[in-house]
Amino acid sequence: MELQLRINGAERRFSRPLTVRELVGELGFEGKRVAIERNGEIVPRSRYGEVALVDGDRLEVVVAVGGG
Amino acid sequence: MDDRLVIAGKAYRSRLLVGTGKYRDFEQTRLAVEASGAEIVTVAIRRVNIGQNAGEPSLLDALPPSRYTILPNTAGCYTAEDAVRTLRLARELLDGHSLVKLEVLGDSETLFPNMPETLAAAKTLVAEGFHVMVYCSDDPILARQLEDAGCVAVMPLASLIGSGMGILNPWNLQIIVDRARVPVLVDAGIGTASDAAVAMELGCDGVLMNTAIAKARDPVRMGRAMKLAVEAGREAWLAGRMPKKPYEAAASSPAEGLIGKTA
Repeated sequence: MELQLRINGAERRFSRPLTVRELVGELGFEGKRVAIERNGEIVPRSRYGEVALVDGDRLEVVVAVGGG
Repeated sequence: MDDRLVIAGKAYRSRLLVGTGKYRDFEQTRLAVEASGAEIVTVAIRRVNIGQNAGEPSLLDALPPSRYTILPNTAGCYTAEDAVRTLRLARELLDGHSLVKLEVLGDSETLFPNMPETLAAAKTLVAEGFHVMVYCSDDPILARQLEDAGCVAVMPLASLIGSGMGILNPWNLQIIVDRARVPVLVDAGIGTASDAAVAMELGCDGVLMNTAIAKARDPVRMGRAMKLAVEAGREAWLAGRMPKKPYEAAASSPAEGLIGKTA
């Protein structure tokens, strides 16, 4: 089963169903300080393992960068 | 002497807050921030680059939250909704940290704040338990409204963000300082050390700057200059300056006992 997600404004296709935790691993951000919003709602880090992503989900994945 | 800046119940020794943008690299950022003595440093929240090498160093490795109070901002947001979403993400990113810098811009050319959107965002954020330090215009009435909305600090601009034009309207800042019941920090427009000192001499509780340090020829040295300027301005304000006497010269040396006098 394919999974199509919109991550940071770009369409991405995955070949299997994913939880948020698995997505973080797929993207290579395991252990990195990121925050995730799914369809406009924050996904708390404590719930990454239990939130299953569904086709068409819109995700924002952010980090802290230099700024004033 | 115990003179602390208290924001949302936490006391800070330094009254200089610094941004982390526009530096050459994280090492220069770290050194300049260290030289400035700042305890509160601002960061921006941005989409991660998906193709990015996960081993790449991150800003928060250079400025660990265990050592600095990280102040996430909403730079680049033009609506209350985007600002609120950004800070919810920031709170999650920083493990529930609630102190934030709100700025809602109104115009990409001047980066002047959109005050109706700023006020709307402030109300939502306060209701959600955020401690909001807010970038605002230097209008004393709006500053009061932000305070009434529950913001923990108001931060009027001295001149346009990144302009380095210094304090263009000290009179408005003075009115805001005189009437505020929360800390007032000048945010934006500082160009050099004397600007920071003037802000503090007006009675501001602190100064927030980024470009003035990051775009100096020697950012680390300017970080130190700003630390000294903020301290000097604060000390001068606490000491209470002498009265200005524009038409009354008064020598400091005795008028008597001069040589060559006959009497």
